[in-house]
Amino acid sequence: MTPFDAAIAEAPSPGAWAGVTWSATRDLRLALRSKAELGVLLLFYVIVVTLFPLGVGPEPALLRALGPGVLWVAALLASLLSLPRLFAGDFADGTLEQIALSPFPLPALISGKIAAHWASTGLPLVAVSPLLGLQFGLRGEELAVLALGLALGTPTLSLLGAIGAALTLGVRAGGGLLALLILPLYVPILIFGAGAVEAVCVGLAAGPQLSLLGAGLLAAAVGAPLAAAAAVRIALD
Amino acid sequence: MTSASINWFRFASPASFFPLAGRLIPWFAIAAALCAAVALWLGFAVAPTDAQQGEAYRIIFIHVPAAWMSMFIYVVMAFWCAVSLTMNTRLAAMMAQALAPTGAVFTFIALWTGSLWGRPTWGTYWAWDARMTSELILLFLYFGYMALRHAIDDARRADRASAVLALVGVVNVPIIYFSVKWWNTLHQGASVSLTAAPKMAAVMLAAMLVMAFAAWFYSIAMALTRVRAIILERERHTAWVAGAVTAGR
Amino acid sequence: MLEAQQLAAQRGGVPLFTVAFALQRGEALVVTGANGSGKTTLLRIVAGLTLPAAGTLAWNGAAVTPFDPTLRAMTLYIGHATALKDELSAEENLVSLATLHGANVDAVQARAALADWALERHRSLPARVLSQGQRRRVGLARLRLVRRPLWVLDEPTTALDTAGVAILQELVAAHLAQGGVAVIATHHDLELPLGTMKALTLS
Repeated sequence: MTPFDAAIAEAPSPGAWAGVTWSATRDLRLALRSKAELGVLLLFYVIVVTLFPLGVGPEPALLRALGPGVLWVAALLASLLSLPRLFAGDFADGTLEQIALSPFPLPALISGKIAAHWASTGLPLVAVSPLLGLQFGLRGEELAVLALGLALGTPTLSLLGAIGAALTLGVRAGGGLLALLILPLYVPILIFGAGAVEAVCVGLAAGPQLSLLGAGLLAAAVGAPLAAAAAVRIALD
Repeated sequence: MTSASINWFRFASPASFFPLAGRLIPWFAIAAALCAAVALWLGFAVAPTDAQQGEAYRIIFIHVPAAWMSMFIYVVMAFWCAVSLTMNTRLAAMMAQALAPTGAVFTFIALWTGSLWGRPTWGTYWAWDARMTSELILLFLYFGYMALRHAIDDARRADRASAVLALVGVVNVPIIYFSVKWWNTLHQGASVSLTAAPKMAAVMLAAMLVMAFAAWFYSIAMALTRVRAIILERERHTAWVAGAVTAGR
Repeated sequence: MLEAQQLAAQRGGVPLFTVAFALQRGEALVVTGANGSGKTTLLRIVAGLTLPAAGTLAWNGAAVTPFDPTLRAMTLYIGHATALKDELSAEENLVSLATLHGANVDAVQARAALADWALERHRSLPARVLSQGQRRRVGLARLRLVRRPLWVLDEPTTALDTAGVAILQELVAAHLAQGGVAVIATHHDLELPLGTMKALTLS
C-alpha cells in the first residue's frame, strides 16, 4: 500500500462554496494590487455619459427623456469593455488550465471570478450612477430606481458577458466579436432597466421591471456559470 | 432496434451522408420551385385585393413565410448544435454551419419585405415595432454565430464554441422577444402593429402556408448543398474525399 | 495504472501521432521528439485537457474522458506556462495554487517548499521580479505540496540550471519510489532511477 493508494482512496472533492471563495478572494486581491485598472473603467463610464449632452444639447427636458437610456447604454458598454479582463490574464499565464483541472467544480470557480469582476467593475458604476443621473435632471426616487436597477442588472451583464468572454478567448478580433455576441443578449436587461427609471419619471411604479431584473439575475446566476464553464473547457481544448 | 433506426446512425458519418445528400437535393429543389410557383399564383393572381391596404399587402406572402423560416431555422440550427455537443459528432455541427447562412438570408428578407410593406402602408420604412425589432436582433444572433465560427481557426473548437453560442441564443430569443414586445407597447401605446395582417381570407392563408413550405424545401436543399461543400472542405485530408475528387463527382 | 491504446491526435485535420503505452506504478514515460511532433498535445490529452481524435486513455482500468473528475483528482499538470500571477508574491502564488489543487497548505509549508528550491529569500517578492528560471522553480515547488499519483510535466527543465534539474530529478525519483506515475516531455536527458524509465519518441 503506497502513500498514493491512500490519496486515491480519499480523492479531494471540495465543495462548490470553497471554490467560489477561492477564486473571488484571489481575483479581488489581484484587482486591488493592480489599481490602475480599477479606476479606468469608471472614468470611461463618466466620460461616455458626459458625451451625450455634448452631442444632443443641454436642454433639460431632452436630457430628462434621454437620461435613463443613456445611463444604461453606457453601463452596458463599460461592462463590455471590462469583460476580456475576466479570463484573458489567467489564459495567458496558464492559470486557467489549472483552474479547469482543479477538483473544485468549474462553475463554482467561475462564479467567484465573476463576483470579483462585478465588485471591481460593476459596483463602482452603481455607486456613481446617482451623481450622473443628477446631470440629466433625474431626482429622488428616479435616482434610487436607477441605482437599484443597475445593482440588479450589472451582475447579470457580468454573468452573461462571461460566457462571451470565454467563447472568444484567444480569438482574433476578440473585442469587437465579443460585442456582436453579447449585446443582443443584453437587450432585455437594457429594456427593463431603463424602463424602470422611465416608469418612475412618468409617475408609475417600477416594481414589475425591477422584479424582472431580479428574476433575470437569479436565472443568470444559475445558468451562466454552467455555460461559461463549458465555454472555458472548449477554449482550452 | 428497427431497421429504420439502424439506417440513421449509418448516415452519421460524413462519408456516407455525402452521397445521400447529393441524391436528395434535386427532389427538394423541385419541390421548392413547385410550391413557390403555386404560392405566387395564389398570392398574386387568386387572392382578392384588400379593402384597406390595396395591392401593397401582397408582400406578406413573402414577408410572413420568411419570418417564420428565420425563426424555425434558428431553432433547427440550435437543435443540431445540441446534438453535436452531446453526441460529439462532426456532421451535426456541419449541418448547423450549413443552416446558418440560409437562416440569415430569410431574416434579411423578412426585414427587407417588412420595411417595404411599411412604406406604403404606414409611411415609414422602419417603425420600430416589436416583431421587426426582434427580427433585427435575430439577424445579429445569426451574424454572431457565423462570425464566431469564422474567427476560430480550429474546426472542432469552432464547432463547439458556436454550438454553445447558438444554445445560449435559442434560450434568450423568447426573452428578447418578450422584452421587445413589452418595450414596444410601452412606447407606442395604442398604435397599430405593423404586421397586423388584413383579415385572413382562406386563400390568403393557403398562399402563405404553401410559400412557407416552398421556403422550407428551399432551405433543406440549400443546407444539403452547403453541407456537401463543407464536408469536402473539412474532410479533405481523408482518403474518400481524395477518391471522390479524382473521380470527378 | 495509466494505459493508452491507439491514442491519436490531429492538428488542423492532419494526423500527428498514434501511440500506445502502459505505465505501472513507479514508472515514468519520457516523451521526446522534434519541435511540432505533438509532445504538448499528447501531454494535454493525458492531463485531460484535450480530447484525442481517436483511441482511449484508461486510469486504473477505467476509461477517462477530458475533464473527468477522477482524472482531475489524480493528476498534477505543469505545462509550459508557469501559472504564476505577477502581482502575488512567490509564497502567495504557491499557497493559492496548492489550495486550488485541493491541498490545505499554509505559509509555513509553502516556505519549506520554496526552501527546497533555494528560493526562501525570494518568497515575499512579487513574481513579476523573478527571473524565468526562478519562476519555473516556484512553479515546480508545487510538486512537494500537492500529493497526486500522476504527474504530467511538459518541458519542466526549461530555464532551469543544472542545480535545478538535479532537484527535479530527485523529486521525480522520490515520486516514482512512492508508487507514483509520471509522464514527462523533455528535450533534456533526464536521469531517472534504473528500470523506471520508458521512452517514447514522437516523429
